[in-house]
Amino acid sequence: MAQLTTEIERLSLIIAIGGMPVRVHTSDPDFLNLLQNRYAGFISDADRAEIEFDVELQEPKAVDPDADVEVGYHFGRWWLRRGDFRAEWEPAARRGWIRQTANPYSIDAVLRIVHTLVLAQQGGFLLHSASAIRNGKAFLFAGVSEAGKTTISRLAPLDVTLLTDEISYVRRRGDGYVAFGTPFTGELAKVGENVSAPISALYLLAKGRENRIDSITPGEATRSLLSNMLFFAKDEELVQAIFHAAFEFVSRVPVARLTFVPDARVWGLIG
Amino acid sequence: MSKLYIARNPRAAARSLDGEMMIMSSRDSTLFTLNKTATILWQSADGATPLDEIVEKRICAEFEVAPTEALADAHTLARELAGHAILQISETPITTPKPPFGDKR
Repeated sequence: MAQLTTEIERLSLIIAIGGMPVRVHTSDPDFLNLLQNRYAGFISDADRAEIEFDVELQEPKAVDPDADVEVGYHFGRWWLRRGDFRAEWEPAARRGWIRQTANPYSIDAVLRIVHTLVLAQQGGFLLHSASAIRNGKAFLFAGVSEAGKTTISRLAPLDVTLLTDEISYVRRRGDGYVAFGTPFTGELAKVGENVSAPISALYLLAKGRENRIDSITPGEATRSLLSNMLFFAKDEELVQAIFHAAFEFVSRVPVARLTFVPDARVWGLIG
Repeated sequence: MSKLYIARNPRAAARSLDGEMMIMSSRDSTLFTLNKTATILWQSADGATPLDEIVEKRICAEFEVAPTEALADAHTLARELAGHAILQISETPITTPKPPFGDKR
């Protein structure tokens, strides 16, 4: 008798950013291939993932490109939505699902949000900043759009390992903090190296007529840090976690303003 | 002007750093850096002491400011902070904190 049903092949890969393995399941080999290319360098062969997501691909439809991301927590589940995706994640079960079209941007947004939620519980965060390793030490360069994150990344000399030109991954470790490379890119469109190092300093970027480093008050450092943290959920516990994480970071890592002219000499001040 | 009582919302994230008091609203993530008088209001917001008494004993005693003007400013600030769920305000003493909003992890 002919088989009446067709078993759908279940494909998966593990994307490990910041040392956190996230397994993504899909039934679409083309989408799997897209993810392998998008997250090249961050694909892990770990046996076990901390979170598993089933991706349900949907047919393209008109979406509002300006729709804001919304994140909330209800009855043990985080829900995430934007015009181009819906997702849920149940931390206790370590499982979730994502509904989106076959594109790399939706799942990228989901991963960023999930990482911020996980990191917040551990005293870490994602930061709008470029980051790089020099002489075994990581340096973060924070600023809003046009502040110079991509510029300073592009100017990095050969002995510098670029972690990201857009979104830095900061994890608490012992008495200090560690920066990890991320695949989250900005204008440079270059995926960071999947390596990590202890954070030596955070610089708040400002373009100017000379290269100089100026000290700032702890209050200014904290305000600037908070304004550059990625933060999606309107959630009481998360606000508390992020707020206190910023103070802890400023109490343990030097924060200064780095004014620079856009040429490679600025790297003479770093490392 | 009727009596007003103010109480710190325990759900607001607050921390002092080098003498600067910073508070973040847990409702909308708005960050406030309080000046000296606002810091006194925050520190004195026990829910039991009326605002006019705080202004008279803590602010007018320390700063050269007219009581009427200081009280009007304090009312404005208290209502603004209450709008961000940083302070609770009431025309009667505030004895019990509001129950938490949202479900817990």
